[in-house]
Amino acid sequence: MRNSLIIIKKQLKDTLKNRTILIQFILFPIMTLVMENAIRIEGMPELFFTKLFSVMYIGMAPLTSVAAIISEEKEKNTLRVMMMANVKPLQYLLGVGIYVWTICMIGAGVMATGFRGRDILTYMCFMGVGFVISIVAGACVGIFSTSQMSATSLVMPAMMVLSFAPMLSMFNERIARISQIFYTQQLRICLDTLSLDSIEKETYIVMAVNIVILMVLFCITYKHKGLE
Amino acid sequence: MIHCEDVLKSFGDKNVLNGINLDIEEGQIFGLLGPSGAGKTTLIKILTNQLIFDSGNVKVMGKPVNKLTGEDKKKIGIMMDSFGLYERLSCNDNLKIFADIYGISHSCISEILNYVGLGEAGKRAASKLSKGMQARLKLARVFMHNPKIIFLDEPTSGLDPQSMKAIHKLILEKKNMGCTIFLTTHNMEEAAALCDNVALLNEGRIVECGVPEEICRKYNHQKTLSMHLASGEEIELPHNKEAAEKIFELLKKGMVETIHSSEPNLETVFLEITGRKLEEA
Ligand SMILES: Nc1ncnc2c1ncn2[C@@H]1O[C@H](COP(=O)(O)OP(=O)(O)OP(=O)(O)O)[C@@H](O)[C@H]1O
Ligand SMILES: [Mg+2]
Repeated sequence: MRNSLIIIKKQLKDTLKNRTILIQFILFPIMTLVMENAIRIEGMPELFFTKLFSVMYIGMAPLTSVAAIISEEKEKNTLRVMMMANVKPLQYLLGVGIYVWTICMIGAGVMATGFRGRDILTYMCFMGVGFVISIVAGACVGIFSTSQMSATSLVMPAMMVLSFAPMLSMFNERIARISQIFYTQQLRICLDTLSLDSIEKETYIVMAVNIVILMVLFCITYKHKGLE
Repeated sequence: MIHCEDVLKSFGDKNVLNGINLDIEEGQIFGLLGPSGAGKTTLIKILTNQLIFDSGNVKVMGKPVNKLTGEDKKKIGIMMDSFGLYERLSCNDNLKIFADIYGISHSCISEILNYVGLGEAGKRAASKLSKGMQARLKLARVFMHNPKIIFLDEPTSGLDPQSMKAIHKLILEKKNMGCTIFLTTHNMEEAAALCDNVALLNEGRIVECGVPEEICRKYNHQKTLSMHLASGEEIELPHNKEAAEKIFELLKKGMVETIHSSEPNLETVFLEITGRKLEEA
């Protein structure tokens, strides 16, 4: 656990210096604040932009940042130096995961400013779960790729599907039906109702299947590739 | 301290190491010399348990390499060519991370930075350092936790002579503190200057090993003397009586500008044994 804390500390120091990742973290929270305050259209659902951007935030920020962090350390071989100093792979992954999750939760906290009372808590719950799933997905990509380039080329399509499908499904029935199988779309539905009691059985099932698939994928890539 | 017995390693159907035997005692600098592609890095990776070997026996500090505990690993320092730095972080922060991992106090960081000659650069980002400075920062990272065994893969390759000398000095100081150092190089001058023992590696085999001077003397068959005369003439003479008389004559007449005895260096020994040059790419 001490080693994970060291990783978190290192990442915190790196946050402000690593622009590509920093942008991932602050883009959607800032866009949310701006859009919610600047645009008012008659008949638009309440907190439309907050909910829209929240789902995109889940699909993008943790996925790209975790994949970028891990693949960069692999490319530069700094990860190898860590392992040689007896940091265990899981301690490392845990450190990166906790770091990204925490930063994303802070971002979500900024986006939650439109909500009131209990809604904030419910919102943060959904966001927290979404971040965890995306972090596992990002870790899979990071472990699988040996360079930042290859990580980016893998992350791009995954990110597109996960974050844009829920948005496009507002306008297109077909896409809506397909995107139901992704956790991001299910989280979108949850965010719309914003109540823990009214979650459908289907949502639970889809989320569970998504988590299981990603966990299995994670175990397979981790077993085959390790962190070397 | 380091012991290898019949180590074999192949990548696919390419045999990279064909039966390596080594015994390195505590407190010495051991140099592994060989041309590019000889398998030096591969051997270091095997000795540091970064690579699994096909067969043989490898022991470090008396234990098989894959059985080393976390405590044992803290007594080992490794610098590989490919091991990078956290480029966006400062020198101080780079070292702080590893000070935390090794559980040593941050107060020693400025000390070690001074030691490797980076005292002024502590706040600079690692990416803003020159190549020689980066190499010294990597050495600081290796030395920081006072390891007993240090593995250095081509610690000075691609550096200017001054940085190279600075690094040689650091390595020798570490030896004087009782560390065992294993380094690879394809620079024979470096090997001769630093190492107590060297092994010449060619195509996965150790073709010669021992004390550098002894190896050179052993291969000194030609034993010639070469002279540059005042007339501008270059002559070469064997080591014998007739030559001695001729040299005596020349010296008496004041004809000799320079005189050298041919001592093979590690470079020529290597060339003789393998027909290959060390530095060839
Ligand atoms: N992971 C690998 N897969 C396949 N072949 C490899 C691998 N690593 C090394 N080799 C091969 O093993 C041989 C020895 O490589 P090695 O890196 O040990 O050489 P070296 O002596 O360190 O050379 P250099 O002086 O250039 O660093 C080379 O022919 C290389 O192509
Ligand atoms: Mg090498």
